[in-house]
Amino acid sequence: MTGLPPPAARKLGLVIDLDTCVGCHACAVACKEWNEGGAFGPLPDQDPYGAEPHGVWFNRVHTYEVQGFGPSSAGSACKLAASAPSQGAPTHPESRPSTGERPVIPDPANAMSVHFPRSCLHCETPACVTVCPTGASYKRAEDGIVLVDEDKCIGCQLCAWACPYGAREFSAKRGVMQKCTLCVDRIYNETLDEADRQPACVMACPTRARHFGDLGDPQSKVSELVAERGGYALMPELGYKPVNRYLPPRPRRAGGTKPETRPAAEPIDTAQMSPLLRWVDRVLSR
Amino acid sequence: MRPTFSIIFFTVMSGAGYGLWILMALASLLIWPERPPGNGMAEVAWPNLLPCGLAAGFLLVSCGLVSSLGHLGQPQRAWRALSQWRTSWLSREGIAAILTYLPVIGIGSAIFHDGRMPVDAMTGGDPLAALWMSSEMRTVASILLLAGSVATILCTANIYACLKPVRAWHNRHVVAGYLLIGIYSGALVAWALAALPQGQIVDLRVLPVLVAVFAFATALLKHRYWRFIDHDPASSTADATGLGSLGNVRSFEQPHTQENYLTHEMGFRLARKHSRKLRTICLIAGFALPALLALLGLAWPSLSAPAAWLALIGGMSGIFVERWLFFAEAKHTVMLYYGARNAD
Repeated sequence: MTGLPPPAARKLGLVIDLDTCVGCHACAVACKEWNEGGAFGPLPDQDPYGAEPHGVWFNRVHTYEVQGFGPSSAGSACKLAASAPSQGAPTHPESRPSTGERPVIPDPANAMSVHFPRSCLHCETPACVTVCPTGASYKRAEDGIVLVDEDKCIGCQLCAWACPYGAREFSAKRGVMQKCTLCVDRIYNETLDEADRQPACVMACPTRARHFGDLGDPQSKVSELVAERGGYALMPELGYKPVNRYLPPRPRRAGGTKPETRPAAEPIDTAQMSPLLRWVDRVLSR
Repeated sequence: MRPTFSIIFFTVMSGAGYGLWILMALASLLIWPERPPGNGMAEVAWPNLLPCGLAAGFLLVSCGLVSSLGHLGQPQRAWRALSQWRTSWLSREGIAAILTYLPVIGIGSAIFHDGRMPVDAMTGGDPLAALWMSSEMRTVASILLLAGSVATILCTANIYACLKPVRAWHNRHVVAGYLLIGIYSGALVAWALAALPQGQIVDLRVLPVLVAVFAFATALLKHRYWRFIDHDPASSTADATGLGSLGNVRSFEQPHTQENYLTHEMGFRLARKHSRKLRTICLIAGFALPALLALLGLAWPSLSAPAAWLALIGGMSGIFVERWLFFAEAKHTVMLYYGARNAD
């Protein structure tokens, strides 16, 4: 049924730490590998070893350059604007005239790259489920995981259009839609060690930037992490109530790229030194 | 959004078919409510407009529906799409489309039966008693046909209008546009059929008038629609990623070096580059030319036949361009993750 189940207490999902993600794509690769052989697989590619491989990935890692707005104090802002007038503002989209109070002068010291893994957010009110004409797309009542029954899917692709997060992709090879299953065939799999009952992407992440848990339980580790780090949902204004949360990058330490200031030279009375040391000082001071 | 031929062909053709059926139902209700006394067969005899229109609509709708199956990855499972009418507009559309066939088949078979009845069979006894289609039955069937056709067009439009991530579709112009264009293209087909050499039409000056009126109304609506989609509220990668509070966000590296399903399906840009020219072509060929030809046909009835067929060709070409633009110009929110930005 494509009707949504009543809101459940359990909301399984991921918390992704944008501060520690290094953009290695291990999550994407581990996901592809597990799901190729998992209960919802395979994930065949078209032309896999050819010039233009094309296939479904449940996880895609973007990389963004984030350039800080810079110091808002008038003096340094003017100085920066004078020294680099054409670098930041014209090339960046956010230099909107309406946001007048926010200085748009980029501070190179604050520039950073943010790696951004994008996958299904297992929304609480997913439009991808309600638009499905066949009932292939469904949200599980017990834990909120959004799944596709690939034996029922007709491949109309309407769910991909309905998802603003790009979570659903069409497998041209199989003629059906495929999406992140939150590794539902791992997390409840009693043949695995208990420590391994986590999504493949979480297991693979070398920097532990991905966390899996119950976001409906405020006492859970992931919920505490979200509360502590100010985790946020993507585009909440669209109203799909995503379950997954992203932890924002922590502020960078100031001064990373500023020129180092040398310690001030101590005063030395050379007249009191021996002739050898005076000669050494003269030579080294050249 | 990538314009797919199967969907464009489906929406244009079935739209015209349902529009034609709407007009046939209205005509059957309003223009021929009573049988002319003593001439029971004249109105239903082949090739009169009503059977012609129903048959042409049948052809258009069926071609469209078959074409829509071409868009599916697993067309043999299409029957499953009828199950989720509680939430899905696509499912509702399928059901409405199938149910609308019933009154058409009813009216069609009655016309076929009544039209072939030999005249001498009616001379003895009550001729109307031998007919399959009584006035009451025609009224009921026509109302069902009208309701089914309107409902199907509304369902088709709502498939797109309910998709929030596509602003060019999720707005109030879309449903009105599909309905107006459906009736307009139906009027074009009806006028062309009425202008056929054997078309036994009583007085169908109403058809070119309909063509002109609907051409004007639809063109006005499309103009307003285009003005609406040209003024996107500003949104950017910063909004999509939630990183905007940290600074200016720029897509630095995409997940894959190749195009993927999302960028292929939702990153179509060509139409927006040429939208001005294509919109002008659409307005001139699709609406201005048929409207002028309709006025020409009204002023000089002898020119009506070539004018009607020229109007049909021009109008349908324009509507195909309109539908192509409807898909191809639309932007999808997911492209914000790929660095797209919408500026006001």
